[in-house]
Amino acid sequence: MRFALRRLGFFVLTLWAAVTLNFLLPRLMPGNPALAMMSKFHGELGPGALKALDILFGVNTHKSLPAQYFSYLHQIATGNFGTSLDFYPASVTSIIGSAIWWTLGLVGITTILAFALGTGLGIVAAWRRGGRLDSIMPPVFVITSAVPYFWVGMVLVLIFGISLHWLPSQGGYYVSTDTPGLTLTYFEDVLSHAILPAISLLVTTIGTWILTMRNTMITTLAEDYVRMARAKGLPGRRIMIDYAARNAILPNLTGFAMSLGFVVSGAILIEYVFNYPGVGSMLLQAVQGEDYPLMQALFLLITVAVLLAILVADIATALLDPRTRTAG
Amino acid sequence: MSMPISAVPATVDQPGQQPGSTGAGRSRAPGTRVLARMGQAVRSNRKATVGTALLALFVLVSLFPGVIAHDNPGADAYAPRLGLTTAHLLGTTAQGQDMFAQLVWGTRTVMIIAFVVGLAATGIAVLIGVAAAYLGGLWDGSLSVLTDVLLVIPLFPLLIIIAGYAHGASTLVLIVVITLTSWSYTARQLRSQALSLRGRDFLEAARVRGERRLYIIVVELIPTMTSLIVAAFLTNALYAVLFASSLQYIGLGNPNTQSWGTMLYWAQNEAALQTGQPMWALAPGACIAALGASFALLNYAFDEIGNPALRPVRRTRGKPAR
Repeated sequence: MRFALRRLGFFVLTLWAAVTLNFLLPRLMPGNPALAMMSKFHGELGPGALKALDILFGVNTHKSLPAQYFSYLHQIATGNFGTSLDFYPASVTSIIGSAIWWTLGLVGITTILAFALGTGLGIVAAWRRGGRLDSIMPPVFVITSAVPYFWVGMVLVLIFGISLHWLPSQGGYYVSTDTPGLTLTYFEDVLSHAILPAISLLVTTIGTWILTMRNTMITTLAEDYVRMARAKGLPGRRIMIDYAARNAILPNLTGFAMSLGFVVSGAILIEYVFNYPGVGSMLLQAVQGEDYPLMQALFLLITVAVLLAILVADIATALLDPRTRTAG
Repeated sequence: MSMPISAVPATVDQPGQQPGSTGAGRSRAPGTRVLARMGQAVRSNRKATVGTALLALFVLVSLFPGVIAHDNPGADAYAPRLGLTTAHLLGTTAQGQDMFAQLVWGTRTVMIIAFVVGLAATGIAVLIGVAAAYLGGLWDGSLSVLTDVLLVIPLFPLLIIIAGYAHGASTLVLIVVITLTSWSYTARQLRSQALSLRGRDFLEAARVRGERRLYIIVVELIPTMTSLIVAAFLTNALYAVLFASSLQYIGLGNPNTQSWGTMLYWAQNEAALQTGQPMWALAPGACIAALGASFALLNYAFDEIGNPALRPVRRTRGKPAR
């Protein structure tokens, strides 16, 4: 209980830090960049939008910094992130709401797949120590961990999208020929557009799962209870799954809980390469179009997702492994 | 096939080689000894050899780009969009610049970012990690919270936001921003190791001798952590390369910088993939990957040296695997 409370306290503290960063960054930059943005959109905005921007970015305000800060906190707490400037007059929250499902679908499913596949491969690699899988994989995945995600995406676009014409490589569905709806063609359309970005994500993220699982499993396999199980003559599969893997999977499970938080932000560049209509592309679009309200809200959303996942991961780890409860 | 049983303890019973556990016996010049052992490892471990060779190649290219590429990377001197020829190994850009020259000269920017951020971020990490562990109490509390908060705030989105406000971040801005945000992961690692070393006899002995705190930290404690500090440098350098290139690629850097990330930005902007100029995007990406791989390989090799259980086994371990 005390443990959970302490983690919760840390969650609140970090959230506050992120919100404060959001507040301070535009104000700290030389020549508040929001001023330039405001003059660009001057005359196009209604008075309500102007007031919200005023509070969010501190433009045209004569209030002191602490006073600005408190009205900022109040506005964030009430969920008013202002109106988007690129998609004026739509509110920031409604725009994010339409994009988030694309990201959750693509990155969420790929994350689960990568975790399941990677953990399985890691178990087998550690079990057949010195086997073919075990000797090829570690160096290969050490190298892929250094390859930029977006570059893998570009290579796939080049091979399967442009040279071979097997799969579409841009967008979430054929915008010109297909209408969103509960039809089979639309479903196939979405699926075919998701394959290439999903493979790029899978290729670049699976290595971590494999290596972590393999390395923990190797340590576990050296434990006395595993040797004992061997001495008892238990079938190999049972030792592998019930004795070794079950105890070695904890770091991977924690990592999985955390990576769910990174679903929202983990594929920004992949979405950019494939022009995928998720929140990652949206963030970059907002940055490039100087749509600062949208940008701030997205950063906050990304941070909250990560923080929540870490909170859940911490508590889950404590529940699963009593040894961690007192530590740190 | 042979040695079915003795192979098991062989991978386990060598904790004596783990950093720190040898204790007071090597407190004379642990830093140099660790470095000597790393030098030895570079020769004997294949991953480390490949990593070092790649890194040395990039360092050479970044030091003497003019020797390798004779063209001015910024000059629009040739016909646009030339194919691959002996005069232009990678062709020319849509502006008629020699792409090979851009790649070669871009190496320098990337290496500067990698080494400056690597050194600076590792310096901050050592300072904060070791201070937190050694000073303890309130210091540890506040420094650890600072580290942890920075650790969990999603770094890449944060960098995007800052670079977005900064408008066309120059190399210097990139270096400063990445350094200030990316030290926390390695600081955490260094703190844990410093914590585990805190109660060791050789530190106690120094204290009894009446040495000053700063002396103990700098001369006694930090040298014993050399291998982890080198690993921290490699990690920070790797992330610096990936982050800086990614930011430049999405157009948040200064588009006139000569750098691999900037090349990728122009390739994307001019639709190089769609217009039959794949090399424009493939070559700089491959270079980023190769440089990153050299850092990652070295890091993994040193990890294997620190933790013998992870080393590849030459002999298969009998039959229990089925």
